[in-house]
Amino acid sequence: MAFFRAIPNRIRLYWPLIKSLQTGLLLSTGLAGYMSGRCPVIYWQTLVALAGSLALSISGSTVLNMVYDRDIDAMMKRTARRPLPVGLIRPGEALALGLALSGIGVGWALLLSPLYGALVFAGLFFDVVIYTMWLKRRTPYSILIGGLSGGMPALAGRTLAIGHVDWLGILLALAVLFWIPTHIMTFSITHDSDYRRARIPTFPLKYGVSMTRAIVALCSVIAAGAMGAVALGIGMSWGYIRLLAVLSAGLLLLAIVSIIRPSERLNYGLFKYASLYMLSTMVLLALEGL
Amino acid sequence: MSETLIEARPAPAMRIIDRILLLATALLAAYQVTAGIEGLPTLVILLQTVAFGVLLVACLLLIIFGYEALRSPVVVIVAAVLPLALSLALIYQSLPALAPGYVGVAAAGLLAVALSRFLASAKLATIILALVHGMAGALILALPLYLTLRGATPAGFALVSLGGGLIDLGGLALASLRASRPVLPERRIVALLAPLLLAMTAAFVAGLAQVR
Repeated sequence: MAFFRAIPNRIRLYWPLIKSLQTGLLLSTGLAGYMSGRCPVIYWQTLVALAGSLALSISGSTVLNMVYDRDIDAMMKRTARRPLPVGLIRPGEALALGLALSGIGVGWALLLSPLYGALVFAGLFFDVVIYTMWLKRRTPYSILIGGLSGGMPALAGRTLAIGHVDWLGILLALAVLFWIPTHIMTFSITHDSDYRRARIPTFPLKYGVSMTRAIVALCSVIAAGAMGAVALGIGMSWGYIRLLAVLSAGLLLLAIVSIIRPSERLNYGLFKYASLYMLSTMVLLALEGL
Repeated sequence: MSETLIEARPAPAMRIIDRILLLATALLAAYQVTAGIEGLPTLVILLQTVAFGVLLVACLLLIIFGYEALRSPVVVIVAAVLPLALSLALIYQSLPALAPGYVGVAAAGLLAVALSRFLASAKLATIILALVHGMAGALILALPLYLTLRGATPAGFALVSLGGGLIDLGGLALASLRASRPVLPERRIVALLAPLLLAMTAAFVAGLAQVR
């Protein structure tokens, strides 16, 4: 009985380890990728299995990242209160949780389709091993690999729908890949002192804030262009394309203004808008598939 | 109250209800861009996409930045696009013969608003903004009403005039914030903004649906 009574408490502790918002956003890209294939979405079993396997794999990789990064999390104000640096959860326990979630997620994905499973595994491997363990503390360009792993759920979702990797799936992954620098770089500008303290090489630290803002603007243009190409490629209805164009224009406007009239507040706004933009475009892709 | 004093004070905080109303406005604008203008001539679709697109993005920026966004000169310029694009769409749809002339007037108005934000004194910039908003708003207010009274359009089209009236009210109240004597305290004006925007958008969407 004591074991069962302890479960809600453990879940409360584990929940921050999976970064629910980020996991939800990446999951939405996977679902949108799947539905962009215009497969019959009434196959609820496949849709649920896709959501389940992706959610578990993404959550697992996030937990594993937290385990590995617990030392730098402790140095950064923004992350110092997470369960691992604070000592609420032992690293061994979190490692077991991360491995279990990842193992079940990837295993489930492989059972659904070997190619889909391979892509899900590639996303996890790039994220945990290449990005977090190898490159994150060495070079600011690590975010490209981070972006690559971030694009994998969208590519995997579409691949599961159509049975093979196609150029639209790659473009969709590219759109996410170029959205991620917009997200991460604006974040690293806002929390610049944290990254300095933890000695994480970031673009603002290496190339300065102005150059980083220009790169963010460029990435926004490429991400919006890639999303537009995907929309045209899947034959999205003109109504949705108009809405996508409007949302993209908002993103570009903010990116350009952040170069002309830079400010901390604008930077924060760009970060928020970029997240909203990605979620909205994924919802549009999913709606189109219905 | 001088503009400097307004700029120096923190913007009033945005309430949760305001954010919900702005989100509802953004969703209505998204509906209009996506489905509400299907079947119209291409140019009218383009102009209404610009008008409701500006409204949609403006609502999202207000949700993200709060009322502080209203103080940005870029927002002021972009916000002027909404009534201009919508009035131009109405002219193209109802009085196409006048359209070429009005395009010139609207473009000149927008240019004047943009230039005055950066080059003219605050007072002159406010006067120009009020004039341009007023002209476009008056067209949105009068034209649908006139067409409805003449029986050229269904009665529901007059809702666009209601929306025009609301956009006039909101535009002038906001412009007065920049002038030396606001019509109401800033706190009151921004508290009215979200409900006003929602009512305006609902009136536009319902009214424009009558002539699709």
